[in-house]
Amino acid sequence: MDKIKINTPLTDEVVKALKSGDQVLISGEIFTARDAAHLRLVSLLNEGKELPMDFEGQVVYYAGPSPARPGEVIGACGPTTSYRMDDLTLPLLEKGLKGMVGKGKRNNVVIEGMKRHKAVYFAAIGGAGALIANSIKSNTVVAFEDLGPEALRCLKVENFPAIVVIDAEGNNLYDSEPEKYKK
Amino acid sequence: MRSINVIDITQKVKDVCITINYEIDPLVRAAFESAKIVEASKIGLNIIDDLIENSEIAKSYKAPICQDTGMIVAFVKLGQEVHIEGGSLEKAIHQGIREGYDEGYLRKSVVSDPLLRSNSGDNTPGVIYYEIAEGDVFEIELAAKGFGSENMSRSKMLKPSDGIEGVKAFVIETVEQAGSNPCPPIVVGVGIGGTLDKAAYIAKKALLRPLGSHHKDEHIEQLELELLDKINKLGIGPQGLGGTTTALAVHADTFPTHIAGLPVVVNINCHASRHQKVVL
Ligand code: SF4
Repeated sequence: MDKIKINTPLTDEVVKALKSGDQVLISGEIFTARDAAHLRLVSLLNEGKELPMDFEGQVVYYAGPSPARPGEVIGACGPTTSYRMDDLTLPLLEKGLKGMVGKGKRNNVVIEGMKRHKAVYFAAIGGAGALIANSIKSNTVVAFEDLGPEALRCLKVENFPAIVVIDAEGNNLYDSEPEKYKK
Repeated sequence: MRSINVIDITQKVKDVCITINYEIDPLVRAAFESAKIVEASKIGLNIIDDLIENSEIAKSYKAPICQDTGMIVAFVKLGQEVHIEGGSLEKAIHQGIREGYDEGYLRKSVVSDPLLRSNSGDNTPGVIYYEIAEGDVFEIELAAKGFGSENMSRSKMLKPSDGIEGVKAFVIETVEQAGSNPCPPIVVGVGIGGTLDKAAYIAKKALLRPLGSHHKDEHIEQLELELLDKINKLGIGPQGLGGTTTALAVHADTFPTHIAGLPVVVNINCHASRHQKVVL
């Protein structure tokens, strides 16, 4: 299976062309945010305040890296489980978020939101934090530095490996694939 | 009476915290290799290859296998003829965790209060259990427990009449519900009997047995084999993207229980099954 190379920010065209099951290599900027950063982003929105960044076309990576050794860009940086962000995802889709990278299933609210706003959900391999770190070329904090591993970071990535699990039409690899191997 | 100095305990705990995070258990590596032979899914095979490559990168770059470097769970076995000198045993263990997570560039994932949730900053405290044994043994089994898998664990107080079929159904249901979340392939620990807390304790301890080893009682070994077979027929596969490698092993343990009860705890561990025994 050939891997598809894509660049961020994602355009609607690219998003619509991605199909559940595609293996991709992502290059460009992606942004880490997990539980605590999502809570802050959503409460900023609820208070009518401005977000620390523009989410239009962007990709969020649910991850909290381990610390970098001196001279290195980042420590291990694999995905965390996505369902914990499910209740906090819709507001970001409404702000133009086009891609999410994590691991594990999403709920229907998220999937319906993805269909409506044309966004895609990728899985990265959980527990392959060292391998994934190899594709990360720079790492800067954008906001919420006090959250440590949970800060909102901008990662410059080159050929970051991921799999399209849920596409913008709602096709879901987590539903279709396991069925094939069920005995 | 044998004396052990707390300085040596701290040093060993520190070393093990670092090693288990950088180097995968050789038995897990062997299990990946065997899984490659039988895995039916193409994506599943790619994932297992990536996990093997990941472990090689981690080892050579001295980087953690996974960014969730876990919360430390320690099982201390202390012989009644051992004298701990130079300070407090518990403090020595915590100091080892602190130094290991700091010097090993491991992620600090512990919050000091489960509700207020501010990070303790040094991955302490660990969860420490003590067992007093005869003689002059001193061992600490350390596990770095990730929470993607811990969060998918469940307990249930079954009725005695639910019996072994009830236990099987509960284990299968738990693994099925967990799906892709605990980073399959997983290791499944099952504690049966005792009290609610005892079942959880033996389930966690069972996870630390050498991968794929079996319980000494034949009926429990049979249960382990049957559960592993059933779990691998669920179709979940590596990372939940379909396949025949959902679990690498099932480890079960039992304890006597009350006439009115049948507690069961299923404790899930991910393929980043990090644990090692310190012997002093
Ligand atoms: S469940 Fe295990 S492999 Fe997955 S992210 Fe957590 S610690 Fe890592």
